[in-house]
Amino acid sequence: MSIDSGATIQQAVYVYEGPVRLWHWINALAILVLAVTGYFIGAPFPSLSGEASDHYLMGYIRFAHFAAGYVLIAGFILRLYWAFVGNPHARQIFLPPLFNAHWWGEVFHEIKWYLFIAREPKKYEGHNPLATLVMHFVFVWGIVFMMATGLALYGEGEGMGSWQYRWFSGWIIGLFGNSQNVHTWHHVGMWAIVCFVLVHVYAALREDVMSRQSIVSTMISGWRTFKDARPPDDRH
Amino acid sequence: MTETFYDVLRRQGISRRSFLKFCSLTAASLGLGPEFAPTMAQALETKPRVPVLWLHGLECTCCSEAFIRSSHPLASDVILSMLSLDYDDTIMAAAGHQAEAIVEEVVAKYKGNYILAVEGNPPLNEDGMYCIIGGKPFLEQLKFAAKDCKAVISWGSCASWGCVQAARPNPTQAVPVHKVIRDKPIIKVPGCPPIPEVMTAVVTYMMTFDKIPELDRQGRPKMFYSQRIHDKCYRRPHFDAGQFVEHWDDDAARKGYCLYKMGCKGPTTYNACSTTRWMGGLSFPIQSGHGCIGCSEDGFWDNGSFYNRLSDIHQFGIEANADKVGGTAVAAVGAAAAAHAAVSAIKRARNKAPANTGENSQ
Repeated sequence: MSIDSGATIQQAVYVYEGPVRLWHWINALAILVLAVTGYFIGAPFPSLSGEASDHYLMGYIRFAHFAAGYVLIAGFILRLYWAFVGNPHARQIFLPPLFNAHWWGEVFHEIKWYLFIAREPKKYEGHNPLATLVMHFVFVWGIVFMMATGLALYGEGEGMGSWQYRWFSGWIIGLFGNSQNVHTWHHVGMWAIVCFVLVHVYAALREDVMSRQSIVSTMISGWRTFKDARPPDDRH
Repeated sequence: MTETFYDVLRRQGISRRSFLKFCSLTAASLGLGPEFAPTMAQALETKPRVPVLWLHGLECTCCSEAFIRSSHPLASDVILSMLSLDYDDTIMAAAGHQAEAIVEEVVAKYKGNYILAVEGNPPLNEDGMYCIIGGKPFLEQLKFAAKDCKAVISWGSCASWGCVQAARPNPTQAVPVHKVIRDKPIIKVPGCPPIPEVMTAVVTYMMTFDKIPELDRQGRPKMFYSQRIHDKCYRRPHFDAGQFVEHWDDDAARKGYCLYKMGCKGPTTYNACSTTRWMGGLSFPIQSGHGCIGCSEDGFWDNGSFYNRLSDIHQFGIEANADKVGGTAVAAVGAAAAAHAAVSAIKRARNKAPANTGENSQ
């Protein structure tokens, strides 16, 4: 991870700019809060006794959920903006080169690497192609789904006059047939995001150890460091 | 000319005072300001009664049963008189060919001016043979009566969504009215049955203002279906506090805590039960200690148990809920990651031994 001395090692590259890193960690925190509070909204804590006016537990849990949801949404909007004005790496997870045969070849190489078939991973300044694919389809579209269904559910409480209801609840509830199905799939979406987080954290740690570039420290410092001198495979 | 609603009332011995009381009550229940009571009175005094054909397809008659129990005794009289309910095979005196002739008569006489109320829905399978009215498939009667109507009222969940006869596997291919009638405004008044006062108020609104009430995206009158049971539930403070019934008849149940954990579908059900309540405002399911079953929601029979707030997910072969599917997926992914990590570690250890010297030479 910290092998960055010696003439044979390739120079470090600045990959993740400040806003991208900030987004990543704020997102991580927001998703943690959202998943935990969301789970307890679906399956609340054991009942409290005493006067209803003495407690506001569900109220606080739901507030935390909604607040974290808005943080996630605001972050996502700013991140989209940054995809336009930031460096090319800032666009990577939004625009996977799906029509590039060579890129698909590298996706399969990466799959082979994970299946222990390939002896050595390729080397990337940005995300490896498999990571790009999963981040695009599972993470980006996953949180878009969660944000849209989340706003639809939030709009139900806000009422039919609210912008959340007008923009999200009406058509999304119509699409799913009824409100209960939206709740159900929002719930399933949470589990999908949790699966993504598991895979993401595991893959990041494993790549950090086994691949030919830094992973975890890059999301902290922004600099990608390399463990050997050969050129990266995504520099064209 | 047909007599007005007011004429009918007076003929039946109802005083003007009672009539005006009804007008202000109805205006209030529609959420209108006090100035609309005279408007309503004027409309009922001057406009001819609207002829209504009330057809019955595949249904259980619970809508009619609810309708004739519209809690305000005056209201039910009023509406029944006001409608000029020319055809309703359940409660009309005529029967057989005589009764069926009325449908044709109304369609011919009031072309474009009558309201078609539909209770139940048409089955499409076997050319509609699963519901025969007067020797013909109900589907034909429905299409015939709808062709010249002014608007369609879909009473109840059957006509609005399909309800129990359209639940999986739906052998008769029963479909809601809007799947068959596509060229007329359709007002959906879902519920199994709908709230009587909601039914009467919808009719009164259409009568008074000569237009259909404002509908939401799914075609339900906004004035009664714009909020969930949960939004106006009198047990809501217990929900916000985190006080729940955990088992039937536990102490919390006796104290009237929130039924959320018992699968109450109030949070996902759009209806006015928690505001208007039933039986003249006496009670509604949650008040009597049982959760809402979401009877006014689309597909409520196919959403799984009445005691589970999340739908069953059928795509997974077995009936499973979101937590089972999600939990299993997370466990599988976690186990896969752990196994993968173990194999990775072994592989790395094996590679490292001979590669230790070679690493710098790369």
